[in-house]
Formats: sequence, C-alpha cells, structure tokens
Amino acid sequence: MKPNIIVFPGSNCDRDVYIAIKSVIGTSPKMIWHKETSLENTNLIILPGGFSHGDYLRSGSIASRAPIMKEVIKKAKNGTAVLGICNGFQILTECGLLPGSLMRNSKMQFICKYSYLVSTNESKWVNKKQVGKVISLPVAHHDGNYYANNKIIENLVKDNRIAYQYCSDEGVIDDKSNINGSINNIAGIINDQGNVLGMMPHPERALEKKLGGKDGINFFKSFFEKLG
Amino acid sequence: MTTVEQAIELGLSKDEYQLTIKYMERIPNITELGIFSAMWNEHCSYKSSKKWLKTLPTKAPWVIQGPGENAGVIDIGNGLAAVFKMESHNHPSFIEPYQGAATGVGGIMRDIFTMGARPVANLNCLRFGSPSHPKTKHLLSGVVAGIGGYGNCMGVPTIGGECTFDKGYNENILVNAMTVGIVNKNKIFYAKAGSPGSPVVYVGAKTGRDGIHGASMASAAFDANSENKRPTVQVGDPFTEKLLLEACLELMAIDCIIGIQDMGAAGLTSSSVEMAAKDNNGIEINLDKVPVREMKMTPFEIMLSESQERMLMVLKPGSEKKAEDIFIKWELDFSIIGKVTDTKNIVLTANNTIVADIPLEPLANGLIYDRPYEKKINNETVKIPNNSNWDESLEILISNHDLCSKNWIWEQYDHMVMGDTIGMPGSEAGIVRIHGSENQALAITTDCTPRYCEANAQLGGMQAVAECYRNLCSVGALPLAITDCLNFGNPENSVVMGQIVSAIDGISAACKTLSMPVVAGNVSLYNETEGKSIPPTPQIGAVGLIKNTDYQLTNIISKYNNQDIIIIGKTIGHLECSIYAREIERIDNGQPPSVDLDQELNNGKFILHLAAKELISVCKDISDGGLAIALAKICIMSKIGCIIKKPKMINTNAWLYGEDQARYIIISERNKTDIIMKEANKKNIPSSIIGQMEGKSFKVEYNNDNKEISIEKLSNLGNNWFVNYFSK
Repeated sequence: MKPNIIVFPGSNCDRDVYIAIKSVIGTSPKMIWHKETSLENTNLIILPGGFSHGDYLRSGSIASRAPIMKEVIKKAKNGTAVLGICNGFQILTECGLLPGSLMRNSKMQFICKYSYLVSTNESKWVNKKQVGKVISLPVAHHDGNYYANNKIIENLVKDNRIAYQYCSDEGVIDDKSNINGSINNIAGIINDQGNVLGMMPHPERALEKKLGGKDGINFFKSFFEKLG
Repeated sequence: MTTVEQAIELGLSKDEYQLTIKYMERIPNITELGIFSAMWNEHCSYKSSKKWLKTLPTKAPWVIQGPGENAGVIDIGNGLAAVFKMESHNHPSFIEPYQGAATGVGGIMRDIFTMGARPVANLNCLRFGSPSHPKTKHLLSGVVAGIGGYGNCMGVPTIGGECTFDKGYNENILVNAMTVGIVNKNKIFYAKAGSPGSPVVYVGAKTGRDGIHGASMASAAFDANSENKRPTVQVGDPFTEKLLLEACLELMAIDCIIGIQDMGAAGLTSSSVEMAAKDNNGIEINLDKVPVREMKMTPFEIMLSESQERMLMVLKPGSEKKAEDIFIKWELDFSIIGKVTDTKNIVLTANNTIVADIPLEPLANGLIYDRPYEKKINNETVKIPNNSNWDESLEILISNHDLCSKNWIWEQYDHMVMGDTIGMPGSEAGIVRIHGSENQALAITTDCTPRYCEANAQLGGMQAVAECYRNLCSVGALPLAITDCLNFGNPENSVVMGQIVSAIDGISAACKTLSMPVVAGNVSLYNETEGKSIPPTPQIGAVGLIKNTDYQLTNIISKYNNQDIIIIGKTIGHLECSIYAREIERIDNGQPPSVDLDQELNNGKFILHLAAKELISVCKDISDGGLAIALAKICIMSKIGCIIKKPKMINTNAWLYGEDQARYIIISERNKTDIIMKEANKKNIPSSIIGQMEGKSFKVEYNNDNKEISIEKLSNLGNNWFVNYFSK
C-alpha cells in the first residue's frame, strides 16, 4: 500500500486522514502539495476533506483545476484507486471523475453529526462482509446534497455504483434518514471503472470508541485488503 | 490641524483631547488624533477597568504567561503549554450577525496562533434577547452560521459553550468567543520588538477600508442609528486565515521571528504600538509599503482599518528571504514596512513625508481612570411559592429555551475535525485529547449566570468561576486557570461601575480559593442601548487537565443494572433567582444561592478523588434547573429512567429545582456505593443516596404519590425547542 494524500490550500482533514491510514495499516502516507505535477509509485490517492480555496466559487471547483489534478485524473483513468472524502468528493465531481454534483444541504445549514450508512453493493471499496451492514460515520458538510439527472441516477443504480446510502439505525433507507436531501439518500458513489470512490461521510474520524465510533476501521480495512 | 469637535467625533473626550496636546507638545494632526482615539478607547486601553483588573490573582506555579499578552499560557506538562483567551464581539454581531460573529472567532484564533500555538478548540458564549423579540431569530441564526462558517473552514473544532436568552439583551446581544491552542513550551512567541534595526514585516491579507474605527464603535453605546454603523463591521475570510495559520506555524518552526502580534482591534495601530512599546523601543513605518486593496487610502484609513487576517512581525535581521518564501508558498502578502528604532516614538511616513510622530509611552499606557462607583446591594428576599405539580414543571423546564438541548446550534459546528474530540458539546465541558499524547486531554468550559449577577454582581462573579470549576471536576479534569470576558454597560454610570468592581471582587475571591488564576481577559463595556444596560455578564472560560483519559467522567451511563444515584453537596432547596422561580412562578427577583467556596473546593476535590480511584465514571454538576434537570439530562443521554425518593424535610419543588451550589450527581455501581459513602463521611463531604437508575421513566416517590414521565417524552421535549422555534 502506497497512499498519497493531496493537500490543497484550505484542506483541513489532511492530517486526520494521514493519522487514520497510518493507524490502520501502519504505513505513513505521502503528503503531496497541490502545485506538484506528478505522482510516482502510488496505488491509492486520497483527496481529503476541508475547504479547499475556501469553497469559494463552488465547493471543490477551484481545487479541481489545481496543477496536480491533471495527474490525478490521468492516474484514475489508468486504474489507480482514488478516494475523495467530503471536499474530496466535491473535487471529484467538479473535475469530472464522478458524475453529478453536491448542492447545499436541503436545510441550508452546515451539519456535523454521526450518520448511519449502509452499502448494498459489493465493490472494490466494499467487501462482502460489509454489504448490508449498517455502519455509523460522522458527516460535516454544508454542500452534501447529491444531485444528478435521472439518466445518471439510473445508471448508478443499474451498475451497482451507489457505494453508501444514508439510512436509519436499523438500515431503513427513507426520507427521514436522508440527512441532507441527496437523491436516493446517496452518501457515496463509484465511477464506472470502479476505482474512484467519492463520499461525504468521514471514515477517518471514526477510529475509536472515545471519538464516538470505530466503524471507520472496517471501512478502511475493507478496501485496503482488496488493494493489497 | 485638528479641533476638539473632531476629537469628540472620534470618541475622545474634551479632556482626553487636551491630554493628547500635552503629550505631543503640539496639536495633533488627524492621523495622530485617529491613532490616539484608537489606542485610548475602552476596548484597547482598558482605561475604566485597569485599576480593578490589577487586583485579580494571576499567578501560580503553572502559569507561564498571565494577562498582557495576546493570550494566557499555562504549563500542561510533557513540555507542552495551553494558550487561551476569550474575547467579545458584541457590537459588530448585533449590527451584522454573520460577519460580526465570524470575525470574532477569527480574531480570537489569531490571538492564539500569534503565540505559536495551533488552535485545538473553539467555544462560544451567546446571550440573545427574548425569543419573542422580533430580531432574535435573525440574530441567532446569523451568529451561529457565522461562528460555524469561520471555525469549520479553519478546521478547528467548536466543542462547547453556552446560549441563553433574556430580554435584557434585546438590543445588545453578547457574542464571546474562546479559543484554546497547544504549543511546545519553548516555542512560545510574544508581542515584542527586539533591538533597533530589526525589520518590521506585514503579512496576510491586504488592508481595505473595512472596519475603520471598529474598536471605537465597540466602545460606544448604541442608539437608534446603530444600523448605520454596518460599514464599521469587518468582513471575515476564513480561507485566508487558514493560510495565515499554516504559514505562521511553518515560519515559527524555523528560527526567524523576534516578535509577532496580530492586527485585531485598531489594526496596524495597536499592533505596532503595543509591540514597540513593550521593549521601550520606537518604530518607523512607511505606509507606502503596506499592501492595500483599495486605491488612495489615506494614512488615517490605513492605520485604523480593521481588515482581518493580518499580522505584524519583527524578524531577525537577515531572515527576511526565508520568511518571504514561506508566505509566497501560501500566496499571502509579505511586505517589509519598516523597522524598529530607538526613538521611543512611532513615526509614519507616506510619500517621503512624515505623517505622524507620536511618543509611544502615553499611547500605550496613557490613560487610566478611577471612575466613581456605587455598589448597589439589594438584600430583599422573596418567598417563592412552590405548590406546582413537579411533573408539569419538569416538562416545562426541560423544554425551556435556556435548559433544552442546544444540538441545533452545535450540529452546525464541526466539533470533530482534528480527530481528538473525546467530550462532545452538550456536556459539562468540551474535551480534546492532547494530540499525540496517549491519554491526556484538556477539558474546557465557559460559564456565567447573568440572573445571579443582576441580583448580586459580586456573588455572580464568584458563582461563574465556581461553576466553571465544577464543570471541570465533573468530567474528571483538574481545574488550572481561567480567562474572563467582562461584559457590562456604561462605566460612566456609577451603578454599572459598581457592578464591574463587585464582579471582579467575586471573581478574585473564587479564583484565589479554587487556585484558578486569571491568565487572560477582555473587557466589553458600553453594552447599552438608549440608556439601558445589559445584565452584568462576567463570562468565564476555564481550562483543566485530564491526566489520564481512562478516568474521564461522562454523563452517559453504559451499564444499566444496580446503578445508585448519589448527590454530593448540601441541598437546602434555594429557589430564589432559579429558573423554576422565573419560568413556573414568574418571579425573577430575590437573592441568588449563596456560594461557599470552601465547599466548592472540597466537593470538587472529592469528585476528582473518586474518579482517580475509579469509583465512578458518571458525574454531572447541578446548576440551572437544579437536581431534576441534571438528572433528567443523564436519563435522556443514557436512554434510561430513574426512581428517586424525596427526603421528608423538604418541599418537592425546592428539592427538585432548587439551585444550591457546590453539588454534583454521581452514578455509582451498587457494589461501590458503600465505599463512596464511607469516603464521603470520612472527608466530611455531604452526600446522600437518592435513588436508582432504572426503568423508562423519571419517577419521584413521596407520600405514596408516584408520578412519572417517560424519558422518551422528556427527550422529545428537550430536543425540539429550536426546531419548533424556527418552524414558527
């Protein structure tokens, strides 16, 4: 495992995800400044949470044009795993690696709390054991309301590319458990090649009971095993 | 040439104008007069409060830096120090709630990282007017969004605070923000200038025309035209501040900086004056070198702008290039604007002409007032009727705006970023683990009970410190030190001045007994609109250390069987000035509960003793709303009921809702109850077993009358106030 974390001006979960990965797999990820133009020898690129460029213009839009992003897009197209968390997810939709967009939460407020999630599809990112299991991860975002046109949604459903959905503590996916108004309660999606995952919840914040939950550990382990 | 009328317009008095002439030995020009007015306003000079602030206890073996710097610093062991302070942003937040609150948060964070510390936690204390006042909704939603907007973007968790409502704040809300940072003990930076010849450097955002003379606005009372002051409110850019934070910490890691000061209130004026005056130096600034974002800014405007996200530093000669590279990397302005001199004057030039030349000493320390004061003490007691049905009262109180859950607020704040929040908002104190340490954490709390202060400012000041002490003990933290943020009305009114003097007296007494020195502080006066002052609000923020997080206490029980409920501390049933009296009996005068500092100290120490011996893991202090509210909150958080038995000699409502001080609820596992009671007995700590955690309801037994309320119902009542309020 050779993870790289891209650091944009305004990223603020870069340290958290660094610590999470180090504690789960014992390898220190490499931090890559957004002005770099090449990535060498990596099999996992992480776009961390935060407020890259202050979320000015639109969340993630300025970062999606950063010098490093050309390389990230190239690597992603060649099959390298790319994980975007929160602001990272927004950057992935802005740069076109993932379809759709993330609009302001339906209540128009920033929301920070633990949310329940369930994955109904096995993928490169979710192993068999995790499928159907309700997990609890925190969200912290203002713009997490996933939107895409019908065609895109149909394709996401058809190709089993919805990675995580907001649900109740019992796994019921309904309006009541939809914390931000996302279409189909979408919390995370995968690209058509299957190697890019974008998600709003923060697995890196849920590694210890003391911090409120430790479902983040299995989340990371689930795809680390597959990536090797 | 300036006139006395111009001086008055800038907020100086006639006498103060004469003083400027005396110090200058000539009539000051407009730029000089502006600088005097900025340094001599209440906000920057503490001229009305200084005499009394000096009486506060500020020393202890663990205090590294007391008041007088950007923030206070205390030793927290392992080579680390905690840096913290609380500051007000009341006036701007009332005029423009989002930006006012946001820049308040930005300003206090800058105070912390100026000293080399990475901010690790934010808290805020909010006082709004009556919920039914037409402005309250707008102010509440704007302030909360502004605090979140800034703190969330910075990536610093907001982990606690207070929010209450009272008509006394209808036209003058309070927004007090506190930040705590952690720094390596031998890497602390101070606001000093070093030796003559050292370069003075401006970094951060450009200077614009926003917030010109903001500190003077904050030092004046409001009137009907206050809305016109909107242009004096600064506009925050948290993204730039995040870059500034990272750039400053990167520069601080290499050995370049002699002194550093953020440009907060009174901007470039106060930062340059304070730094140079500290070492008895002089300073020379070329205003043409100041990065500006607007054309043709005058020296007056540049010096008095309160544009945000700017810092002034003095570098070691020869390190300019290294420093500049870092700021270029972070895409921030970097400009060498002057140098330290030995003239003991501040000299400003523009277009190769001297535009101001003022002696620093009177600017920095020129004014101190001994204002007349009158300590108005009302000894009148009132009888509070107490015949209401306890269960109906509990339903009303748990859904009251001051006692209900504030999750609507804190869920808008990122309280988990940085990955060390181990005590969530909504409990007695926010807790952040000391990053990188195995099991040490800082517990942080804020408190003040304005209705007590209004009845008796001295007792109110004391109570605010005592409650902070209790909050910290109740999570298992050793209380270490406080910052204060003294919000009062017009000090030229002798009664208000009396409240200030009394509150400081009370704080002083409590700090001494409880060994919590005051290491930083802020004073916000003139919180007055059309002649009416706010209730005296000496807000306290306190920091404590949890030496081993295994012994951290929470208010959620994790085991459900055989859990006894024990009260530590003496219950008399004091209802005067309580929330019960205000909300149920509609009586808001009378005497606040007495504060016995020795009892506070002993009972708090006893809680820490029980925690260290692993005899308890669940504790909650008893404060607003009394025993019933504290216990109901444990039940709601833990999703379990309780059965408690009222003692014979006390009225039910007085027992449940009395606000006697120095009390805690602890939950003990049955096999430990005996040991705890024996320990209490041995140490002379008042204690009584009042019941057990069990079932699904809150149940009180007395005289065969066994009414109960389901916890689910209490939970819904407690959680829905804000949602209902905003859906109306």
